[in-house]
Amino acid sequence: MNLRRFALIAVPYIWLLALFLVPFLIVLKISLSDIALARPPYMPQLDLSAGWEGITSFFAALDFENFVFLTTDDLYWRAYLSSLQIAALSTFITLCIGYPIAYGMARAPLEWRATLLMLVILPFWTSFLIRVYAWMGILSNEGLLNQFLMWTGLISAPLTILNTNTAVYIGIVYTYLPFMILPIYAALEKMDESLLEAAEDLGCSRIQAFWLVTIPLSRNGIIAGCFLVFIPAIGEFVIPSLLGGSGTLMIGKVLWEEFFSNRDWPVASAVAIILLLILIIPIILFQRNEQKAREAEG
Amino acid sequence: MSQKVFAPWEDATEKPLIQFKGVTKKFGDFVAIDNLSLDIYQKEFFALLGPSGCGKTTMMRMLAGFEAPTHGTILLAGQDIAPVPPNKRAVNMMFQSYALFPHLSVWDNIAFGLRREGQDKDAIAARVEEMLRLTRLSKFAKRKPHQISGGQRQRVALARSLAKAPKLLLLDEPLGALDAKLRQDTQFELMDIQEKTGTTFVIVTHDQEEAMTVASRVAVMDEGRVIQVATPSVIYEAPETVYVADFIGDVNIIQGRASQDADKVRIDWAEGQPPIIGTTQKTFSPSQTCHFAIRPEKVAISTEQPEAPNVLQGRVIDIAYLGNLSTYHVELPDGTMMKAQTANTRRLSRRDITWEDNVWLSFTDTAGVLLER
Ligand SMILES: Nc1ncnc2c1ncn2[C@@H]1O[C@H](COP(=O)(O)OP(=O)(O)OP(=O)(O)O)[C@@H](O)[C@H]1O
Ligand SMILES: [Mg+2]
Repeated sequence: MNLRRFALIAVPYIWLLALFLVPFLIVLKISLSDIALARPPYMPQLDLSAGWEGITSFFAALDFENFVFLTTDDLYWRAYLSSLQIAALSTFITLCIGYPIAYGMARAPLEWRATLLMLVILPFWTSFLIRVYAWMGILSNEGLLNQFLMWTGLISAPLTILNTNTAVYIGIVYTYLPFMILPIYAALEKMDESLLEAAEDLGCSRIQAFWLVTIPLSRNGIIAGCFLVFIPAIGEFVIPSLLGGSGTLMIGKVLWEEFFSNRDWPVASAVAIILLLILIIPIILFQRNEQKAREAEG
Repeated sequence: MSQKVFAPWEDATEKPLIQFKGVTKKFGDFVAIDNLSLDIYQKEFFALLGPSGCGKTTMMRMLAGFEAPTHGTILLAGQDIAPVPPNKRAVNMMFQSYALFPHLSVWDNIAFGLRREGQDKDAIAARVEEMLRLTRLSKFAKRKPHQISGGQRQRVALARSLAKAPKLLLLDEPLGALDAKLRQDTQFELMDIQEKTGTTFVIVTHDQEEAMTVASRVAVMDEGRVIQVATPSVIYEAPETVYVADFIGDVNIIQGRASQDADKVRIDWAEGQPPIIGTTQKTFSPSQTCHFAIRPEKVAISTEQPEAPNVLQGRVIDIAYLGNLSTYHVELPDGTMMKAQTANTRRLSRRDITWEDNVWLSFTDTAGVLLER
């Protein structure tokens, strides 16, 4: 009995250990190493054949040099700040678009809801990369959007959207919209509509009832949705590198360039470690929100 | 000591608080309320009684403003309420499901309506405390709805709807979820609150005993129509139709042919059986089909033939023991079943009538009512 319970609990922990903790330790070790023209391109390597001396000299060679380096070049902290800003703003836009959609879905006739839910999830059936490429086709100077706008006569010269921050926002909002809609929809769908009638009965206008009842009751859904968009958006790499331009500064892109263009694995690892530390705060907050929501439901 | 009896519906000068005037409500083709006219007076405790789906909740929702009548008008204090949105009506509703706000504490739930009125903080606090005391909830003020019991939740819903001191309070099956004891306590509490606040109550209930206990008048409904509106005692003692007689309490219905002589009616109801003699104010044409309705407690049962205007012989088939009462199911020679009820003043073991006994049933000529339909 106890053994079974232990086995049951052990599975997710082993999973976490293998797929999160071990890679994390490897990256941490690389971030403390020095760059080297070798394969792999960093020093020192752990040499167990040298015995105890090998281990001590290995640890002696590790230092925080790369982290110090990150503070000397303002590229990095500007990239972190810009990522935070882009993630925060796109989360806000996603919320503004996602909430009305979720609300509409939750108020739709019951027989429609499954279909609407399906439509929200449908984009996941094609590759994320293909969908981002499709946006390149839509947003480019000769793209569908510009052609359409010129055809309607709204503009006379094509708008430059692709390779700007605007395109990055569009890409992030588009990609992460379902993650915003689904938790809000779940919260709104559970809501008892007689609560709104009760609020009106007690003297609220429709709009007051929305602010005083609907919004507070979907609060957990809103928070969950915001984290689900914000957390991956900070580290987003594909969208800024495909849709963004030279002016788009995001930490995911910096990371990529350090790894693959500069082949400076130690600095890239340091960037990744800092990013992780930044993300841990919202992740913990998210966890706490989820736990509270579960407790409130009893 | 002459206390004026509360009966505004008998006073022609009294203005009703609510008037339904030829109200019809349709959902698509389905007629939920059918050309209904009804007056409800100030300070009444008005009960709507009827089988499931007869339109009670629909009536309430029209009063509260969540549904609009398809035809007809509803007047509140002489004003047509159709153009008034729910949040502007001096009507509060206690929902069948309570509809408490789960994110607010008991205190904030009760204060919700008061805050919308823009009263100042102290006035709100004083009113909420008063409501908490009235419903005996002071101890639970800080809890959330999911942290209190079902009965407490029901009282919060009541306190919340009472807090704004509405002209009219609508209670949709307010006590449905409570056990018998708590239900009875709450019924008396409701009557007490009604007396103290002078609010007009309209209550929906499935429980006819509840309607009888609390109501000043009862409306018996069926399929969107009101069949009879009267005080509980009139509904019980003088139902107008077999439907009403049958819906409220236990009753024996015997169908037969009437032959009238002044206010006495002879009912021939079975071949070879003595006719039943009844009294009525109505006129029946000779050999018109009529129904004789008599409550079981008005039928006496004995082992020896008694002297009475109506005496019937039969055999005991079943005895239902209800604690304080026993109901005897007696089969008459033609197969008709008749129920007679007696108070159990003696211990069970000393009762002298048991199964298969031949017995005599008797009742006076004024004990039952004669109904045309
Ligand atoms: N929104 C609606 N759409 C269609 N039909 C409805 C709607 N609301 C009520 N009805 C129908 O109107 C009739 C009356 O409903 P109502 O809720 O008033 O019944 P009720 O007397 O309150 O019943 P219960 O005692 O079961 O609560 C029912 O047959 C119901 O199916
Ligand atoms: Mg109902």
